[in-house]
Amino acid sequence: MRSGLSRVVTALPTLLRIGVAETVAYRGEFLVWILTTTQPLIMLGLWTQVAREAPFTTGGRSYSSADFVAYFLATLIVRQLTGNWVAWQMSEEVRSGAMAMRLLRPIHPFFAYAASHAAAIPFRSVIALPLAVVLLASSGASALCTDPRQLAWLVPSLALAWLITFAFLFAIGALAFFLTQTMAIANLYFALFSLFSGYLMPLDLLGPVATLAAWLPFRFMLSAPVELITRTLDRAQLASLLGGQLAWAAITLTAALLLWRAGVKRFEAVGG
Amino acid sequence: MRRYLGLLALQLRISVASAMAYRANFLIEGVMSLVWLVVTLIPLVIVFNGRDQVAGWTRPDAMIVMAYFVGVRAVLEGMISPSLVDLVEKIRSGSFDYVLLKPVDAQAMVSASRYEPWKVFDLAGAIAIAIYAFVLRGAPPSAAQLALGVVLFGTGLAAAYALWILCAAAAFWVGRLDNLMYLLGSIFDTGRWPVMVFPTAWRVVFTFVIPVAVMTTYPAMALIGTLGAERAVATIGGALALLVISRLVWRTAIRSYTSASS
Repeated sequence: MRSGLSRVVTALPTLLRIGVAETVAYRGEFLVWILTTTQPLIMLGLWTQVAREAPFTTGGRSYSSADFVAYFLATLIVRQLTGNWVAWQMSEEVRSGAMAMRLLRPIHPFFAYAASHAAAIPFRSVIALPLAVVLLASSGASALCTDPRQLAWLVPSLALAWLITFAFLFAIGALAFFLTQTMAIANLYFALFSLFSGYLMPLDLLGPVATLAAWLPFRFMLSAPVELITRTLDRAQLASLLGGQLAWAAITLTAALLLWRAGVKRFEAVGG
Repeated sequence: MRRYLGLLALQLRISVASAMAYRANFLIEGVMSLVWLVVTLIPLVIVFNGRDQVAGWTRPDAMIVMAYFVGVRAVLEGMISPSLVDLVEKIRSGSFDYVLLKPVDAQAMVSASRYEPWKVFDLAGAIAIAIYAFVLRGAPPSAAQLALGVVLFGTGLAAAYALWILCAAAAFWVGRLDNLMYLLGSIFDTGRWPVMVFPTAWRVVFTFVIPVAVMTTYPAMALIGTLGAERAVATIGGALALLVISRLVWRTAIRSYTSASS
């Protein structure tokens, strides 16, 4: 185990370099994947119009147009930084047999995939950072958290959100060893994600469903960092947010690695 | 014409047969349709719980737009999208050669080469939403409104089909860009809302640049009888123009096909 980990550490710089090279080589595809994240902008258009005349109020919380602008721009930034398509990639590689090549390498594919997707983050930041500036300039302090002690937690929270999303999608990708149609599962995942992660609307507008959403993993993939940016949280709220993220990171990571281990035994290397 | 209909039926039969081979999948897809339907409807329910109307649209009227959206999406995902994904794959592997060799029009061949039969669940869902919306409205559409609504559903589909063909034709030049369809799909997602609820800039883009409004908002207005004759003609004309453009682009694209196989 120790030797396995130290191998990963030694190989990490190379893996990241390969990831960067891949991103640059497939820049067209990469750009299109990034542009696919249009949903927050659509929802921004919708909700700001809804709240144009008066703030939108349900369940004790009220959102003005400016709140919605801040919320959905934050969503867009977090989504850009944490999104990936590893499930689609894995199920394609299992189907085509390309997975066999990965198994030959002395590195657990989880880390190989993770490094390749992590390497894309700087490119994604190029998109996300100008948005962050627009966010600050357009909605100002009123709709954002200004407490530096809370904002210090943003980076760990983003990292955890990235990890949960990645592990969850890796687990779905590992299902390709068992099922022929993982795409259906991946689509189901996205349906649940859009609803329960705050992708379509702030979770506290969900009414009775919000209680359920608070416990599901999807909230910790997207809404948690967004809440950190857009709301001022007290100590207990902050602790439960980050604690939830930690717990779900542990759960999804374990599930992903177990599913992988069970699945890879069934792999028959189609083609090759 | 009869030959093409025969071909279409044959391809449908093959798809249904191969779908039937994975019966468990049918169940998954049925559940999926239901989940998507709920996910699609929840934001609408929440918006209209807090507001009586948005930009002049009431809950039942917005639901009819949603019904058109679900219906068009069912046909897109049930037929057009899988067929064109198949086409991109054929271009990449070179097996598009065999399509060109066949004594029928290549565009007709590839446009309906694969179906996902379970999308009929979505189509049924769309009709259910529309019926429920009219129950809320309290009066069914008149015969003329219904007729125009159905015609515009057809032209909306034609416009969507044209956009997707344009996108697929890009594959002749750039090879691999299958995720362009995902992008188009995510833009089409705007169609679930009446185009009027968006700010002006959005509205212009979704009416003239990527005419999502032609696929869902205007047909819905036709069905509830608020679409003037002028706009009805413009909608139909716009869809037909897109269809012609896509055909021209397709013919140009096909000429630059150089076959990847050897």
